[in-house]
Amino acid sequence: MTQQAGTGTKAGTSRGTGDNDSFDLLIVGVGGQGTILASNIIGEACILEGRNVRSAETHGMAQRGGSVETHIRIDGRYGPLVPTGAADMIISFDLLEALRYRHFLKPSGTVVSAEGIVVPISAFQNNIEIPSADWIKEQMSDIKLITVDAGKLAKDAGSILSQNVVMLGAAAKILPLNKESLLKAVEELVPKKTVEINKKAFLLGYESA
Amino acid sequence: MVTRYMLGNEAIAYACCEANLDFASGYPGTPSSEVIDTLRAQKLRDFYVEWSVNEKVAFENALGAAWTGVRSLFTTKHVGLNVAADPLMTSGYTGVKGGFVILSADDPYAHSSQNEQDSRIYAKFAGIFCLDPANVQEAHDMILTAYPLSEEFEIPVLFRPTTRICHSKSNVGLNEIGKDGVGTEHRTGDFGKDPKQYVVVPAHTRILHKKLIEKQDAMAEHLVKLGLNRAEIKEGSKTAVIAGGIAAEYVREILPDDMSFAVIGAYPIDTEWLASFVGRHEKVLVVEELAPVIEEEVRQVAGKTGVFGKKNGCVPYDGELTLEKVSAAFEKAGIKSRRSFAPVAPVADLPPRPPILCAGCGHRAVFYAMKKVFGKDAVFPSDIGCYTLGIQLGTVDTTICMGASITIGSGISHVDNKQIVSTIGDSTFLHTGIPGLINAVYNGANQTVVILDNRITAMTGHQPNPNTGITAKGEISPTISLEAICRACGATFVETVDPYDLLLLLQTSTKAKDTKGVKVIIARQPCVIAAKKSGLKRRRLTVNPDVCIGCKACVRFGCPAIEFFDKTASITELCSGCGICAEICPKSAISQEVI
Repeated sequence: MTQQAGTGTKAGTSRGTGDNDSFDLLIVGVGGQGTILASNIIGEACILEGRNVRSAETHGMAQRGGSVETHIRIDGRYGPLVPTGAADMIISFDLLEALRYRHFLKPSGTVVSAEGIVVPISAFQNNIEIPSADWIKEQMSDIKLITVDAGKLAKDAGSILSQNVVMLGAAAKILPLNKESLLKAVEELVPKKTVEINKKAFLLGYESA
Repeated sequence: MVTRYMLGNEAIAYACCEANLDFASGYPGTPSSEVIDTLRAQKLRDFYVEWSVNEKVAFENALGAAWTGVRSLFTTKHVGLNVAADPLMTSGYTGVKGGFVILSADDPYAHSSQNEQDSRIYAKFAGIFCLDPANVQEAHDMILTAYPLSEEFEIPVLFRPTTRICHSKSNVGLNEIGKDGVGTEHRTGDFGKDPKQYVVVPAHTRILHKKLIEKQDAMAEHLVKLGLNRAEIKEGSKTAVIAGGIAAEYVREILPDDMSFAVIGAYPIDTEWLASFVGRHEKVLVVEELAPVIEEEVRQVAGKTGVFGKKNGCVPYDGELTLEKVSAAFEKAGIKSRRSFAPVAPVADLPPRPPILCAGCGHRAVFYAMKKVFGKDAVFPSDIGCYTLGIQLGTVDTTICMGASITIGSGISHVDNKQIVSTIGDSTFLHTGIPGLINAVYNGANQTVVILDNRITAMTGHQPNPNTGITAKGEISPTISLEAICRACGATFVETVDPYDLLLLLQTSTKAKDTKGVKVIIARQPCVIAAKKSGLKRRRLTVNPDVCIGCKACVRFGCPAIEFFDKTASITELCSGCGICAEICPKSAISQEVI
């Protein structure tokens, strides 16, 4: 069974052909909001559809309430990092974070963001003014921006903790994945007790966008 | 073959199981920690696994096991290899019987590290193999290659993934464990006495060194035979690109179809093979992260071929590479690429969102008390852990490496009369703090040492340590006493406090300040995340808006659960009920919620 790297599934110096062969997206937010679960659902949906996927996550100290970013390249065959100015989509769990990472978006891309802003605690301590939601939206008026009241929809679904799945549902129409694969991945990855809540959260998000 | 969506570190751990791993040890460190965490979480665990006290200890345990003929793994982050460098440097001399993989995860861009050192140089220094995967699948496959390779040459293999391999996910093809006997052939150790191999007295070590040198050429040739170092020559191409590690992925994405390309996946590099590839081309661009390891080899064999890389400013020495940077390297070297990516700048001047200590973290209370009692003029040497975030509270003045809070502090205390307060976590204290404490007491330093005892190795993902009371395997371990250890080191002032008891914390700190010599305060409160996971619930705090005067004393404490709008503080659902803010509030406006 010992397999040598030279004969493995991803060996040789094989190179790509054709441009834009992956759908590149970022999932961004504040550490603890569930970006990794959202990315796992997308990754699992890719496996269900037999497609390649590459992603890169923030681990370690950056999770402690800091700004977090996950890069995902659906049908990706190379490195996991999405280049700036090239993402097809950004899913953001926080409006301020959507603006922080918008430079990754390509001009024709879409930002799907939750409405709320988690105020960074350092802003209270250092008297830094937090930009208003309207100002942030104004800064993104040149790109396609879809905002979702994720908090309300998550509560409607049965748990405020399902906001990440609401956001995924809201993004699903643009993602190049079947709704059914995503729903199946939700079912497989969320805690058993919360499957119904999360499926509802996904569908509420899906219908809202 | 099954395909799963897997984290790089999980795929590495899985491959170790496929390769019939018998023994694993390591010390947690981002980005390496999930390898052992995955191994210890396996349901059918027919191998030995431990979290060790530090990397030197872990390395030697794994080496000892490999000497008995079993397959062994040691995991660390790059800087941990410095701690294990002593045994590492001689492990090539002694060699191994069973396959021995030294996993040292590098962290270009220092996402979670104090430096950007390159482990490939260590492999060269020690005369051992180094395997450098370009992606998650290759990381998996290379582990399967590493064990037989280590056994064939009786040499340890340094396996060097980087953050973007360890913490990347991808579809990975795996050989299912248990199916067709995969991963079920385990060995029993049998140490065969051989002092000429395992006792490196001068008379033995001189011979062992010669043998190691003699192996190098065959090692290099074998890596080409295995296809780990491979070239795809395009007839008529005057230009070639050579890349190693994840840089090979960035290059593949933009490489023109008609250009020659070589991938360096392993070291030592066969010089003749490299020379023949380089010599075919007029121009070669070398793309690799961190040190110019490949580039230096290429320059040595280049002859008339023009070499482009770090040394002429095409590729940066620091940080991690991206498609944008690799695009720029092609451009600077005057090489056309199939696609190009120009960097786009982020929106400027947004409020930053740095990571912070959790709501209810006991460390914050300690830092608050330290600042209050010892004042701004005191020196606060600190260490590696979540508590390094205390820099935001003005109570972390130095951090260099594991265990250095006590030693940097004692050094300063011998030449500077300021009050010194060193902070160190429980895991870090056990890792390399103890010798520093013995030394401080022995040599008459004047400093306070605060052990921030949260009973766990928190920052890297809540791994257990000897202070936690359980092992990596989840078994109950004998109790150790930090108090007894500190007293045994010679410290006479050893006081234990609960950091949630702010008054006692302040009193104990004042007592330490007024006492000469080495004073140890053990601030003990389980990590708030670990406590929550184990089911501990405390009632949340709430602000009475009629009593709050908007003085912001609680806001300055820096707890992420405390907000401030319309001249009044409020407490969010992040609150974990530590109650420190209630003790700080001068108007007693904060109290526990009444349910």
